[in-house]
Amino acid sequence: MEQTVRNPVIEVKNVNKSFGDNHVLKDFNMSVYPGENLVILGKSGSGKSVLIKCIISLIQADEGEILLLGSSIQGLEQDELDMLRAHVGFLFQSNALYDSMTVRQNLEFPLRIHWSKEERALGAEAAVKEALEDVGLLHTIDMMPSELSGGMKKRVALARSLILRPKVILYDEPTTGLDPITSREISELMVSVQQKYNATSVIISHDLNCIKITSNRVIMLIDGTCYADGTYEELSQSADPKIKEFFK
Amino acid sequence: MSRFTARFFNEASKPKQEYGEFFKQCYVIGYKTLTLVGVTAFIMGLVLTIQSRPTLLEFGAESLLPSMVSVSLIREIAPVITALICAGKIGSGLGAELGSMKVTEQIDAMEVSGTNPFKYLVVTRVLATTLMVPILSSLANAISLYGGFLGVNLRGDVSWNLYWFQVFGILNFGDVLPSLIKTFFFGFAIGIVGCYKGFSSQKGTEGVGRSATTAVIVASLMVFIVDLIAVQITDLLGLT
Ligand SMILES: Nc1ncnc2c1ncn2[C@@H]1O[C@H](COP(=O)(O)OP(=O)(O)OP(=O)(O)O)[C@@H](O)[C@H]1O
Ligand SMILES: [Mg+2]
Repeated sequence: MEQTVRNPVIEVKNVNKSFGDNHVLKDFNMSVYPGENLVILGKSGSGKSVLIKCIISLIQADEGEILLLGSSIQGLEQDELDMLRAHVGFLFQSNALYDSMTVRQNLEFPLRIHWSKEERALGAEAAVKEALEDVGLLHTIDMMPSELSGGMKKRVALARSLILRPKVILYDEPTTGLDPITSREISELMVSVQQKYNATSVIISHDLNCIKITSNRVIMLIDGTCYADGTYEELSQSADPKIKEFFK
Repeated sequence: MSRFTARFFNEASKPKQEYGEFFKQCYVIGYKTLTLVGVTAFIMGLVLTIQSRPTLLEFGAESLLPSMVSVSLIREIAPVITALICAGKIGSGLGAELGSMKVTEQIDAMEVSGTNPFKYLVVTRVLATTLMVPILSSLANAISLYGGFLGVNLRGDVSWNLYWFQVFGILNFGDVLPSLIKTFFFGFAIGIVGCYKGFSSQKGTEGVGRSATTAVIVASLMVFIVDLIAVQITDLLGLT
């Protein structure tokens, strides 16, 4: 109830996006409220990655409006967009670690724009170490991404998206490819981050355990629209065959 | 491609450049190509001299060998060979590097973290090639003349002093300057083509390979086109 009175952090209104004939998002609507952990569930290729890339303006929506932290991202100048992006963490499905840089340089990279030189001289080292400690990978600080395992890369990428203490975090499949134990650790980490900094998260995931731990609310993206919306318990008890498929 | 070039000038003229990355790229581009350029230039000087001797001998003009060879080397051969080597080495390197960054979403990640990837990656690299190709080419000029000296002395006997006296006697401003100026354009063309091909890579590792290959082909072609334009201009200006 409390949620409805607060302004949404992210609002997606009637967004359409197609690639050629491939109509990926069809009049998609959703709102994300402060402090929420919203999970987006959907089949492979249903446009989940496209949707969160539209939110951060890496992909331009063809139609519709997207409000991020109260500003409409379509109307922003590049500088304003960059400032807005400082409040948003983004975990790429492919991790997107800079493979010519060490783990330390990877984590310092977002700081170079958003922190002043003095701030970096004083705080960068500590911030990098803290972020790595959070994901349990302090010992990899001077390694290259190519020396890390898949799961370690994911955790470093997670550390990188958290280093600026974002208000909103967008996770694209944070636990795919991890063992169940690490996967649970990551899920718990996501919850603790949300509580510690009072952040809002949008999580794309197929991992039922991860969803169970992290979600306050689940949205199902089917055929380019928001097919269902509810808590994990509600959806897992649903009688709708399309929804049931996911909870087998 | 022309839009990409226009964007380059637009971004390059804005304040706040990435100096650190620019110097790093100069080092990478210059230092890593130096040996290759040096060896090739030396061999070119040597071979050209050996090849030219019989022709000059026929006209009884063997004593003109140092002059003739040095003019060919400085005006045309050393700069163009250097540019072609750079098109191969630097062009493919840029195409592959930026291409793989593109397909693994590293460029998107930069954008999300507030860094302008065009400025950070493209502007620095294009400026670095524009600066380094002329420097490499000047070194190649000097080294190829040493190769020429060795070539002259394989079958003849020209003293160190006489050789350089002849070389500097014939070379003038009109030989060196246009040849130097055109290398800036070679460098720019190589940088912009390599970055453009990398930046516009399509999804997948196959796309990266294709970017690297086409970067080399297009950059080499551009070198010849620039060379053709340059020779027309020097001709018109009467610098021949
Ligand atoms: N840059 C692009 N150009 C053309 N088509 C694209 C592009 N990006 C995505 N698509 C298409 O959009 C559709 C949705 O892709 P998307 O990556 O969002 O899927 P997804 O829901 O994230 O799937 P997964 O769970 O496998 O990651 C796919 O059919 C894909 O072919
Ligand atoms: Mg995806």
